[in-house]
Amino acid sequence: MRRLRKNKRIGYLYAAAVGMLLLSAVTGILLGAAGFTAAELMRALGPLGADSPEAMILRYARLPRVAAGLLCGAALSVSGVVIQGVLANRLASPSVIGVNAGAGLAVTLCSALGVVGGWRLSLAAFLGAFAAVMAVSLGAKKWGASRGTVILMGVAMNSLLGAFSDAVTILSPDISIMRSDFRIGDFSAATYTKLVPAAVVILTALLVLLTLANELDVLALGDDSARGLGLNTGAARTLFLLLAAALAGAAVSVAGLLSFVGLLVPHAVRRIATGEARHLIPLSALFGAGFVTLCDTLSRVILAPYELPVGIIMAFLGAPFFLFILIKGKGGHGRA
Amino acid sequence: MLEVKNLRGGYSGREVLHGVSLEARAGEITAILGPNGCGKSTLLKSLCGIVPAASGQVLLDGQDLLALPQKQIAQKAAYLAQSRQVPDITVGRLVLHGRFPYLSYPRRYREEDRRIARDVMEELDILDLAETPLPRLSGGQQQKAYIAMALAQDTDVILLDEPTTYLDVSYQLQFLRQARELSGSGKHVLMVVHDLSHALETADRAVLMRDGTVAIQGTPEEEYASGALEDVFGVRVVRVQAGGQWHYFTMEK
Repeated sequence: MRRLRKNKRIGYLYAAAVGMLLLSAVTGILLGAAGFTAAELMRALGPLGADSPEAMILRYARLPRVAAGLLCGAALSVSGVVIQGVLANRLASPSVIGVNAGAGLAVTLCSALGVVGGWRLSLAAFLGAFAAVMAVSLGAKKWGASRGTVILMGVAMNSLLGAFSDAVTILSPDISIMRSDFRIGDFSAATYTKLVPAAVVILTALLVLLTLANELDVLALGDDSARGLGLNTGAARTLFLLLAAALAGAAVSVAGLLSFVGLLVPHAVRRIATGEARHLIPLSALFGAGFVTLCDTLSRVILAPYELPVGIIMAFLGAPFFLFILIKGKGGHGRA
Repeated sequence: MLEVKNLRGGYSGREVLHGVSLEARAGEITAILGPNGCGKSTLLKSLCGIVPAASGQVLLDGQDLLALPQKQIAQKAAYLAQSRQVPDITVGRLVLHGRFPYLSYPRRYREEDRRIARDVMEELDILDLAETPLPRLSGGQQQKAYIAMALAQDTDVILLDEPTTYLDVSYQLQFLRQARELSGSGKHVLMVVHDLSHALETADRAVLMRDGTVAIQGTPEEEYASGALEDVFGVRVVRVQAGGQWHYFTMEK
């Protein structure tokens, strides 16, 4: 009986997650500074409307933006799941331990050098993210750092990389205009040249991770237990951090330093559903995608025709919700 | 028969085991005793390749375990760590992960694996906890869940590192009974035990370690009679007979 109840509950959660994702996509396409009705949308999609203003807005503003929200939300959430699992530390997330900052520095350097899209930008963001995550992970292992110390190392990594980014920004005035949006996280600069490589990376990494759920669970049992079960922990850890960095790097290359979502979504899913990776990964991807895209739509309509960076809306909505689930969550067994 | 021959090893550059040789028989509990820091835990981890051995052999019925890949070792020897994470997964899932060594990428558990996991949980009387997340269980129940995972691994050798440490006394006794049942089913059970009286009363054989070597091995009676226990631990050991069994007590010299 209990098994049935639990499976049913998980089933509802998948339905809710998919529903939220679809809702966020549809509202994201329909709403904005220029409002669409469904009829206008249909016309724009038809053969006669291909060059209409609506079709242009749809193709070059709304669609890439919604796609960017969905992809980055999924990527950062799952990156958070993986980093938390590998470090066996629920306080970790891509923005907390400096992974986003590593990608951010790489992207800032790229813009200083005139690279604003394409595969080179994605690759640089990935390398920045990977360097940061490996530095924290190897440091933690080498010095046997406690969970708290790992977080502190991440904080230090964040300020160091942030300082480099700031220095680059100040020294190259051309890019300083976009800096504040980039630091808060924002989709207004989502273009296909950035989006296409990021989408390929994110979707590939997500698909690979879906096949590695058991490995992630076993790794989270601790090194000795995992090795006792025959897992090559060194290789597995490196592979997972590589995938986490690929996800975070790709997201940062599109949206800038969106923080919080990588911490919030995995925690929320753990609380309301389960910590088992086979559900945690897909549910975090779906909820993360929906949440970020909804926030982005809100950020466009709330002060229309002006826009707020999505990071601000996410913090306004996410922080109270996060506090709520921390306090009220499942059974209230509040463990870090 | 598990034969360990001149095993040396330790952690990056620091040798902890200086040539350990011992025997453990199928169907018996072999207790590994010794003061803190003498290499008991390192020995268990080296037996199943978790800590790489520098030299020596671990022969299970003549086959050198350490020459095998980690995954195949895990099909022959299960290891229960002393300090364990408490991940937010259900008991059923944890036990199912005991079948992890038998699968190849992409690892998807088979009906056979689910059946084995279910049987083990039934055997340990935790089937009703299958859908409960680990963090909601008491220490004793978590311990049982981990033991079930080790059993689901279906190995000839079971290595237990201080399995009774965090348990209430009733759970400790219950666990020792289960350990006897395990060995009774023909497995080699090797366990590091801190509680000398538990070890001597439960084990068929005991291996007494000192400074990374084996001081003496034999039956509990032999160890007691040799006086080596008193030497190595620096305590007095006395025994009394009650209920048709020897009971061991320790006191300051």
